[in-house]
Amino acid sequence: MTISAILFLLVLLSAFSYFMGRQKIHAVYQQQRQNVDTNVRSKAKFTLPKYFGYVAALWSLVPALIVLLVIEIIDEPIVTNQLTSYMVQSNINVENNFDLYLNEIQNLDANNLADVEPAKIKVFEKLNHLNKIASTAKSVIVFALAILMTIFGLKKIAVGIPARQYFEKAIEIILLLAASIAVLTTVGIVLSVLFESIRFFGEIPVVDFMFGTQWSPQTAIRADQVGSSAAFGAVPLFIGTMLISFVALLVAVPLGLMSAIFLSEYASRGFRSFAKPVLEILAGIPTVVYGFFAALTVAPFIRDLGQSIGLSVASESALAAGLVMGIMIIPFVSSLADDVISAVPQAMREGSLGLGATKSETIVKVLIPAALPGIVGGVLLAASRAIGETMIVVMAAGLAANLTVNPLNAVTTVTVQIVTLLTGDQEFDSAKTLAAFALGLMLFLTTLVLNIIALHVVRKYREQYD
Amino acid sequence: MIDKNTMTVKVEKSLKKRYLKEKIFKSMGFISVAVAFLFLLMLISDITIKALPAFVQTQIILQVDLNEQDLGITQQSSVDEIRQVDFRRVIRAALKKQFPQVKKRKQKKDLYSLVSVGAEYQLRDLVLENREILGTTLNVTFIADDDVDALIKGAIDRNDEESGRRVKDFKLNLIETLEKHGQIEKNFNWQFFSSGDSREPELAGIKGAVLGSLYTLLVTLLMTFPVAVSAAIYLEEFAPKNRMVDFIEININNLAAVPSIVFGLLGLAVFINFFELPRSAPIVGGIVLSLMTLPTIIIASRSAIKAVPPSLREAALGLGASKMQTVFHHVFPAALPGILTGTIIGMAQALGETAPLLMIGMVAFIVDIPQSVTDPATVLPIQVYLWADSPERGFLEKTSAAILVLIAFLITMNAIAIYLRKKFEKKW
Repeated sequence: MTISAILFLLVLLSAFSYFMGRQKIHAVYQQQRQNVDTNVRSKAKFTLPKYFGYVAALWSLVPALIVLLVIEIIDEPIVTNQLTSYMVQSNINVENNFDLYLNEIQNLDANNLADVEPAKIKVFEKLNHLNKIASTAKSVIVFALAILMTIFGLKKIAVGIPARQYFEKAIEIILLLAASIAVLTTVGIVLSVLFESIRFFGEIPVVDFMFGTQWSPQTAIRADQVGSSAAFGAVPLFIGTMLISFVALLVAVPLGLMSAIFLSEYASRGFRSFAKPVLEILAGIPTVVYGFFAALTVAPFIRDLGQSIGLSVASESALAAGLVMGIMIIPFVSSLADDVISAVPQAMREGSLGLGATKSETIVKVLIPAALPGIVGGVLLAASRAIGETMIVVMAAGLAANLTVNPLNAVTTVTVQIVTLLTGDQEFDSAKTLAAFALGLMLFLTTLVLNIIALHVVRKYREQYD
Repeated sequence: MIDKNTMTVKVEKSLKKRYLKEKIFKSMGFISVAVAFLFLLMLISDITIKALPAFVQTQIILQVDLNEQDLGITQQSSVDEIRQVDFRRVIRAALKKQFPQVKKRKQKKDLYSLVSVGAEYQLRDLVLENREILGTTLNVTFIADDDVDALIKGAIDRNDEESGRRVKDFKLNLIETLEKHGQIEKNFNWQFFSSGDSREPELAGIKGAVLGSLYTLLVTLLMTFPVAVSAAIYLEEFAPKNRMVDFIEININNLAAVPSIVFGLLGLAVFINFFELPRSAPIVGGIVLSLMTLPTIIIASRSAIKAVPPSLREAALGLGASKMQTVFHHVFPAALPGILTGTIIGMAQALGETAPLLMIGMVAFIVDIPQSVTDPATVLPIQVYLWADSPERGFLEKTSAAILVLIAFLITMNAIAIYLRKKFEKKW
């Protein structure tokens, strides 16, 4: 039976026990109503029948679901184990690469076994047999448990048990589980990048990765192959990432900060209510669109401009990617700056103005120093956004790992390399694909540290004026 | 003691300079906003101008002779029999009839490449739809090849030197003859909205990508919404103040700032390699995007729940409702518009996301239109990425047009969010 059929039947069963449970309590209440006179009844503790129904439904659903989940996780290892011992018994030799053999068996087509060796057919039939048993056993166990629990639950509910409290506790636990999914996601991210990175560092020493200046991940298939040095020194990528992010911040921080100041301190209300949403549009445009614009419009423009004044500019210059990325994070910086500037107490503003300072003097000498921690936090967040940005650099920055700080040259970034290493079909165990996870780990750690510092700084700052 | 008069004089002297500084500062602010606006305007207008030609399709009208004997089928033939017929021959015959002077092999190749390679399927579908045209001679409108398309739209300049022009003089002559006879038409490009991806720019469409996006977003919505709302309700209404809850909150805030590509790595390592879910499928894309948008929607839902005034809760509790009843019967409905707004904005973010989907293999070239969440598919932003990488000139306008469609979807979603907010906004 397929998993969706099992789930469907379980839901049906729990719906059934809901109605049965509700009916049972309803009948008891009806009887009580006839026996007891109205005055007494109004004082009695009264739980709505539907809560008893819910409790009964939970009894028939939840244990079965948990058991189903456990079986789903353990059934494949058990089947594989059984199959192995069967193969050992019947002397089928697979020469150590059992996984490959198993894969072949699994991919056999039951209708097309004509030219398959008989040993394989035997294993294939055994596997099908085992799978059938596993599937039947799963359905039988789950349904037996569900029916048992339904009977138990329906027996257990009775007038007088705190059905509503039980039900509400169960819901609260479900809500808590939902909230913990965020933690689970973080754990998943850490584990998935960490495991593959550890395997990568087993092949390539950490020091070579962190401090090597040569990046060319093409692994040699033959020893005499040209241009496949398989060097994994990530320094050029780090420098490239920092260069592009720096250009981006050089654009975004002044523009974002000044527009936030202009909109919150100078602009009329009408202009402000028009300009803020328009600025927000910049943040809503998909990054792939920026990438397209950077690669096809901005980069050629900058190259031609450079040529006309006698500079040689690469057609995939860091400048073009950084410039467009900077524009993209303007709204990010400006909305954060707006937040922190408007959090500065009005009294400080008025005090400065009252002493005769002009508006700009107030802003530069009072507001910005007061809001500085918040602004720094915002810039850090923007930096983490720029470092992790992928599509703009994938489309507009280069692939060649040049170790340079000249923004007119082509550089490559961590995210670009992750995408290049992982798109397309590669085997999953080569150092090349594992390198992507090591880069991912670096990226995750860097942005995590930046975010933690930034959030901490911003929170500290907010508390200061609360 | 300072002389009052000299002080005043000093201040008055410096006033002019200070006011000038004030003016400069203010105009710097204005320029910043203007730069951002200008860039936005440039971006939108650049893409729109590039995209407009994609909505027009160049078509060539040819007189084809659907002779039953030549084709070897009759009006009673089965679908399979008709599918096996080589309709290319018919189209080539029609072209040859129109230009009998073309004899050389190379020139013939030029002649045949006037219509798209998809023309034969166009003719086949026409026959399948209406068998009665078999045995007649009729005018059929075919899709023109992308070079012809580019020339007619002016993307290839006819006055250029022949050596630097993609369409050589011979072919240009053919096209101009067709034009003179009124056999070239420009019509609205329905094909763009009704077909899947293709290697040929003139045949490529976005239907596959739009449906892929739709399936992916559907999975995302179904997975995120219940979880995010439950999490938000728990954290706002039920969570005790303890370390574990603090830890969950820090986690959510950090997840919101994790680069999207890292979620792609998670999807690749966990869902594809560990759980062995199908590659390139909207179901995996949807799961990855739902993990990514989860924090956004949780944060938005929490602030919506927080905005519900305590008096509402107290009134419900005072009338004897339990905490759970208070939350689900009163607080949640009151916060729902805000939660929905946050959800739509989160979905818009997911719709525009590209990087994590690249990691899980949704970047493959897929011609078929996906039928379910487990079929290989691609999504709109990735279609944009794929086309932007294609060397054929014809894809440039397609890319821009796909971007316009993507932006149109985003604007619609955001407009709905704004409308919802306006309509249900309550001042408590």
